[in-house]
Amino acid sequence: MKILVCIGNVPDTTTKIRFDEQMKNLDTNGVQWVINPWDELALTKALEIKEQSNGKIEKVSIINVGKADAEPTLRKALAIGADDAFRIDADPVDAYFIAAQIAEVAKQEKFDIVFAGKESSDFNDAAIGSMIAEFMDINSVSAVTSFELADGNISLKREIDGGKETISVKTPFVAIVQKGICINPRIAAMRGIMMARTKPIKVSPAIETETLIEYQKFDLPQPKAACKIIDPEETDKLVDLLHGEAKVI
Amino acid sequence: MSIIVFSENRNGKLKKNSIEAVVYAQSIAAATSKPVVAVSVGNVDDQELALLAKYGATKIVSVTDQNWLAHDSREYTKLVAEISEKENADTILFSHSNMGKAIAPRLSVRLKAGLISGVVALPESFAPITVKRKAYNGAAFQLVTVKSDKAILTLNPNSCAIKENPVSLNIEPYTPQTAYNAETKIESVDVVTGKVILTEANIVVSGGRGLKSGDNWNLIEDLATVLNAGLACSRPVSDEGWRSHEEHVGQTGKIIAPDLYIAVGISGAIQHIGGVSGSKVIVAIDKDKDAPIFKYADYGIVGDAFAVMPKMIESFKKFKNS
Repeated sequence: MKILVCIGNVPDTTTKIRFDEQMKNLDTNGVQWVINPWDELALTKALEIKEQSNGKIEKVSIINVGKADAEPTLRKALAIGADDAFRIDADPVDAYFIAAQIAEVAKQEKFDIVFAGKESSDFNDAAIGSMIAEFMDINSVSAVTSFELADGNISLKREIDGGKETISVKTPFVAIVQKGICINPRIAAMRGIMMARTKPIKVSPAIETETLIEYQKFDLPQPKAACKIIDPEETDKLVDLLHGEAKVI
Repeated sequence: MSIIVFSENRNGKLKKNSIEAVVYAQSIAAATSKPVVAVSVGNVDDQELALLAKYGATKIVSVTDQNWLAHDSREYTKLVAEISEKENADTILFSHSNMGKAIAPRLSVRLKAGLISGVVALPESFAPITVKRKAYNGAAFQLVTVKSDKAILTLNPNSCAIKENPVSLNIEPYTPQTAYNAETKIESVDVVTGKVILTEANIVVSGGRGLKSGDNWNLIEDLATVLNAGLACSRPVSDEGWRSHEEHVGQTGKIIAPDLYIAVGISGAIQHIGGVSGSKVIVAIDKDKDAPIFKYADYGIVGDAFAVMPKMIESFKKFKNS
């Protein structure tokens, strides 16, 4: 079996978000780029499964839709342990476009399991994993918090309101994963970083895909009014304010 | 043309976010003269379905066939596509919930309908639909237009104010033409009953590292009980194992938008704020007056949680009993 992990290249999560004058594009000056946090968890889990599979999982590949400037992030993922990488050389226009590209590769290369993080930390669409599955007409399970492979059977846990469901699923399928699938992402060791230098990144052009939406502009939230500080002895006053002024209780 | 709302229920009771979606749909309907068709899948009785009409659903397509009760994303997508076609829908609304997020993107591909997810307000224009959504974990908003003939939106909580708009009740029991052929199987379900669902709670009480140990969580739980609130925590708390990961709110955890978020002993790292910035009102209790949380809070108490919390619990109790 082969696993494909989707890797988003996103601004570090502590980045101060600013835009250009037209409010069209992110001001990328000084931005550090990282693997999307949930994709990092997905990759960590995929590698764990591979290692525990007694050779049943032959390889874990990664894929990114982006220009050459995404390659440092792909090298990071290779250093963490992915075997090889695909990069579709195109601007990641929107979720629909990205999913169409990834689905094409997953189909061509006959991947059995596709891992996607539940959303990206930049656009937060929470759409790519499910869209890939529909493009391929295969199963998808989302909100996955646990993944077990034993004797060729796959058992997932899916988060539902107030609990979880245990789900069995047949390959091929897309697992859309979130926190819980593993706790901390794996960190690249020196040996991994050395090895990553020679691992292949296969670059290919995008397939033609229509776009169904158009981004107009960004907007920043209104600055909040200053916090009203209440004396620790006057908790009754806080309750009064929440009731009378804020009207939330 | 019509507007479809995918309405979710839990054990036969409609979810608050689904009622909100009907109200949202009704606002589009008022501007475009399209009927609002709610789709319900599951054992929801007529009395409960009547709620959808109370908020403006002119028709309710109700699927109660036992075969269709288990959520399989691929099959549910086919079902909503079939009903959308039957109802000649050009706008389809979901909650930005686990289930909404599992179906809406698939449906977008299936119907070639532009998807705008995590919508936070009513559309700014209707033909084509242009609407504001959340991006960068709430650090920005993004205005997006749908270019395709059909549009799909997933709605964040509090994307519109709930108001009644009673119309006459019209329930259509519906047997899907599509056969249910799921290749996923739900082997078991493990749900804690009686717990307030965090992502739907009106009030959430959340604890951070300032509480020093999971053993001190009675302070958080007691306040939550008084307020009938959901329980949450910051990332270090769940990473340390003081509380379960299901309670972690913040960028990599759950994104919530309650009316009132009470943060106790949470300094307010930017990743935490990303998970709670949609809250209407934030109250912060922390002993460090320079903690970033006070920049985002509406009301703050600078003080030691162990001294403040018992007093605060008493104040809320007094209010509840008055």
